[in-house]
Amino acid sequence: MGNSKEIKVLIAKPGLDGHDRGAKVVAHALKEAGMEVIYTGLHKTVDQIIRIAIQEDVDVIGLSIMSGAHLPIVEKLMKLVRQEGISDKMVIVGGVIPSRDIERLKALGVAGVFPGDTRFSEIAAFIAKEGR
Amino acid sequence: MGVAKYTKDELDRITDVRLQSGIHVKPVYGPGDLEQAGFSYEQDLGDPGQYPFTRGIHGLGYRSRAWTTRQYTGFGTPYETNERFKLMISHGQTGLNVAFDLPTQMGYDSDDPMAEGEVGRVGMAVDSLRDFEVAFEGIDLARIGSGLTINAVASIMLAMYQAVAEKYGYAPSVISATPQNDILKEMIGRGCWIFPVEPAIRLIGDTIEYSMNVLPRTNPVSICGYHIRESGATPAQEMACAILIGNAYIDNVLARGYDIDEFVGRFSFNLNVFGNIWEQVAKFRAGRKLWARNLKEKYGVKKESNMHLRGLFGGGGYGLTKAQPENNIMRGAYYALAAALSGAQTIALCSYDEAYTIPTPHSAIISLRTLQLLMDEIGLRDTVDPLAGSYFIETLTKEMEQKIEEEMGRIEKVGGIVHAVESGYVQRLVAAQAYEFEKGIQSGELLKVGVNIYTEGESKEVELHEYNGESAERQIGELNRVRRERHNREVAAALSELEKATKEGKNVMPFLVACCKAYATVGEMTAVFRGIFGEFDEPALF
Repeated sequence: MGNSKEIKVLIAKPGLDGHDRGAKVVAHALKEAGMEVIYTGLHKTVDQIIRIAIQEDVDVIGLSIMSGAHLPIVEKLMKLVRQEGISDKMVIVGGVIPSRDIERLKALGVAGVFPGDTRFSEIAAFIAKEGR
Repeated sequence: MGVAKYTKDELDRITDVRLQSGIHVKPVYGPGDLEQAGFSYEQDLGDPGQYPFTRGIHGLGYRSRAWTTRQYTGFGTPYETNERFKLMISHGQTGLNVAFDLPTQMGYDSDDPMAEGEVGRVGMAVDSLRDFEVAFEGIDLARIGSGLTINAVASIMLAMYQAVAEKYGYAPSVISATPQNDILKEMIGRGCWIFPVEPAIRLIGDTIEYSMNVLPRTNPVSICGYHIRESGATPAQEMACAILIGNAYIDNVLARGYDIDEFVGRFSFNLNVFGNIWEQVAKFRAGRKLWARNLKEKYGVKKESNMHLRGLFGGGGYGLTKAQPENNIMRGAYYALAAALSGAQTIALCSYDEAYTIPTPHSAIISLRTLQLLMDEIGLRDTVDPLAGSYFIETLTKEMEQKIEEEMGRIEKVGGIVHAVESGYVQRLVAAQAYEFEKGIQSGELLKVGVNIYTEGESKEVELHEYNGESAERQIGELNRVRRERHNREVAAALSELEKATKEGKNVMPFLVACCKAYATVGEMTAVFRGIFGEFDEPALF
């Protein structure tokens, strides 16, 4: 990674799920790892998330999904990422993600999947390596 | 994950135990500790069923009545959920605890674009009275009470419960619903809020006022320390927030000119169990005492039975791990043991597969059996408050009482719970703590079996509940049928009456019942409130 500017990460809560402990602790962890972190707050549509990502010119979009709706949400978001021509932004997903869905998410274009129990250092290292 | 911190010397002897709430546990307790804490049986405990209710709210405890078993249940369409309700009841479950899907909890109909991908996923989809008719078909609503786990639109769901009960021939006076209906905790954790703080509390006040007059067996509010703890609060903070939130709802109803003894007896609580067992037991015993004292001394409650902290204790979702999921069965058993040792009125457990998704029938029944085992096989109904008189437990209960009071003082100091939630103070506090706990787990400073000790590498996955995408289509089909078959003029009139009443500051409940009976949808009723109240502006994290 280059050190010219800090990596900017958007932590986003798409959909109606209100469980935000995971999103908030990861936001804290990435901030402590020296990244610039923006947290969207709850109940964001994928359109809102994409708009914030473009406005804030983030390097990484991190989605936190606990409701089980990760596949439809990510599918919709990746479509918009392509439409908006922002495929340079890395998309990662965390939350309650069964192992069997990890490959499916990656096939949709997600760079990294971090289910519950993932170490912060692993997420931070992945972003630092791949995130720009 | 909410466990105590252990310090050990080079010989692996424990030199210090620090509970999550900040209390240090000593290796040995004796009569001197009680003396030092100024312990008095009469003042600190009293007999079971006697003020301040530290030992429990009933004189004979579980001898007179076992705790209610109430597993959180609901998924897909009301048809699937009704089937699961009946399955659980046929296995001996004594109450229902209804799980709603996210669109319902957020006041969107199943065909709303906001609902896409979420219909029936984490709970049952409910759009109109038609869905309650299906969900509660064949269930004896005079005998089985129902927890309705919904908050922002709890008023709508309570109205719908009354409407379905009446449709099936039950008088409002005989039904017993427990809508969760605690919006302040929803703003701290769990996140299914819609309206700003003030109108959201008004709706809660409306349900309390209405229940007092029309639904005497209903518990209109279930104050949830539970989700505050899940979000990172310590056990002492969980109880402190719960008491203060209870007071906020009391204040709303008192301002309407009622006497506190008319309504506060129907308040109930939903509190969490995970982590250190002694800390949980002490939390419940101290919490019961503080709630009673708060009501008696601060609010002048006269009738002793109105001072009871009645509650559902259990769950323990945050304690469960994805790693080695079967371990969660054992965790659940210990959490249930803690809840039963603490005098819970109702116990529900998160099932072992809930770190992945909502439970299968198999895992839900294991949770139910866990509770039944304690009840009928292990001896938890033998005698009231069996840990009473232990030098350790009584000292810890005293210390916990102090901690809870300290935490209450801390929130009062920043302007009280309503302000502390509106400004994001509590949210930021618990999120920062959650991060520290998480770091403790990852560094191995806090021990978690299967996660940072006795690990097995990659866990094998257990059999999981499968989301059925066809449920959403079927639900939307039913919704469209209801819209076609109902009398739209009646619906429009009922919604316009609701709008008028809401604007005029009248109690919305009778108007909601009328809307439900006309088959107005949850989305339509919520849209009326959204138009008048607007939405909560979530405070920033950093």
